[in-house]
Amino acid sequence: MSERTITLDVTRYRPHQEAVPTVQSYAIPFPDDWVVLDALNHIKDQVDGSLSYRWSCRMGVCGSCGMMVNGEPKLSCAVFLRDYFPRAIRVEPLSNFPVIRDLVIDMSGFLDKLKSVKPWIIREQEKPLSEGEYLQSPRELDAYQHFSQCINCMLCYAACPVFGLDSGFVGPAAIALGYRYNLDSRDHGTAERREVLGDHEGIWQCTFVGECSVVCPKHVDPAAAIQRVKVDTAKDWILSLVMPWGQR
Amino acid sequence: MMATRPDPAGLYHPAMPATWWLRKRSYFLFMLRELSSVFIAGFLVVLLLQIAQISSGEDARAAFSAMLRSPGWILFHGVALAFAVYHSVTWFYTTSIVMPLRVRGRELPRWLFTALNIGAWAGVSLVILILYLALPASA
Amino acid sequence: MNGRKTLEPLWWGLFSAGGVVAAFLVPIHIVITGIAVPLGWLPDAQEIYRHWPVRLYLFILIALPLYHWAHRFQFALSDMGMRGIHKPLAVLCYGAALLGTVIAGWILLRL
Repeated sequence: MSERTITLDVTRYRPHQEAVPTVQSYAIPFPDDWVVLDALNHIKDQVDGSLSYRWSCRMGVCGSCGMMVNGEPKLSCAVFLRDYFPRAIRVEPLSNFPVIRDLVIDMSGFLDKLKSVKPWIIREQEKPLSEGEYLQSPRELDAYQHFSQCINCMLCYAACPVFGLDSGFVGPAAIALGYRYNLDSRDHGTAERREVLGDHEGIWQCTFVGECSVVCPKHVDPAAAIQRVKVDTAKDWILSLVMPWGQR
Repeated sequence: MMATRPDPAGLYHPAMPATWWLRKRSYFLFMLRELSSVFIAGFLVVLLLQIAQISSGEDARAAFSAMLRSPGWILFHGVALAFAVYHSVTWFYTTSIVMPLRVRGRELPRWLFTALNIGAWAGVSLVILILYLALPASA
Repeated sequence: MNGRKTLEPLWWGLFSAGGVVAAFLVPIHIVITGIAVPLGWLPDAQEIYRHWPVRLYLFILIALPLYHWAHRFQFALSDMGMRGIHKPLAVLCYGAALLGTVIAGWILLRL
């Protein structure tokens, strides 16, 4: 199969060298089965070793290689060059995040948010080991399973205008993950998570644009998770008015 | 395209322009959905003012009805209707995501939930229309 | 321990109720009083507004979607670059909805 050549317009940002990001174009010959990440690896190895970006698994599992491809947040390992050819491809760092260098964004804020929703099973009382494991029925697993497929690729944050306007917003992936544990039959941590999820910077900032769910490569549907946490929180709020003594 | 904020650590902070919602079709449709509320509330204020005329005598009432017959107000109500219908359809679809109906443990498909709601909406609208025509005028 | 420090669940609940009312009821009313009656397709039957059940219905029809407007409008404005004055915007919008509720109730009571 004959090779074709495609142009990649890649955002470059070298701190202390330039104040604003610039664009560098690379003409890359490519075989039919190359994805955007293959082209970046080719640039890094053969053309310009100074280009920086994150990647690891090349198969849509690790969530490292998220970038803006022609303005859309994508896993660069999952988009084929042939689908864009013969037009040039614009490759930018994920929107809405601070940029460290070239295509590398600062994810520390995201990691703090992930931790803040306590994404682990919280028990009122741990069972002793001798009593065995916490059993779960297929239906109980079904309740949360698809919300647990998140690979922390942050595409949803890049698609979310609310996060773009307010970097303090807890955001789609973190709220969906908190909700995943709220839904888990083994978990008792809903009230504890509410402090973060039910805060002004939690669910209530979301205006249900819905783009997070559109771009999610794992079909986690964080938009649904956020709205359902709103329903649960509002219900509990009304209950706490009607029965103030009933609070856990 | 994006503004800079200087950062001592050398990070580049992109800032979102106020016109972000004009840059993508889905964002624009979202903003239309949100702004439909303005036309709906605007219509309801006009309706309330019209109702208020009833107790202000026949002249005031007739004047208000005459005003609503002007092309400008017909146009306003046409636009408001378009936004209201857009609100209804988007509302039913988003409700299918927020509060899905479960049949034997399975979520109803979103398109089906939306379609059922549109059917119910048509029914409710018909009932209101019939009541409007059938209720006796004297209170 | 939760929730009670913010009134956001209340505003969101009113927004949702208003959204439902607007979705199911408002379009046909626009058709009737805004288009069909002015164009002479339907008779002008404003007298029915004096029935008490109709007044209660009109109160719900008019008041609840005001909170739907207040909620979405204040978020839309702050999304369009007014984030700095989000708090006063919220007070203004929800306050207007409350005021509208009172006025609607008053007008419908003394009809």
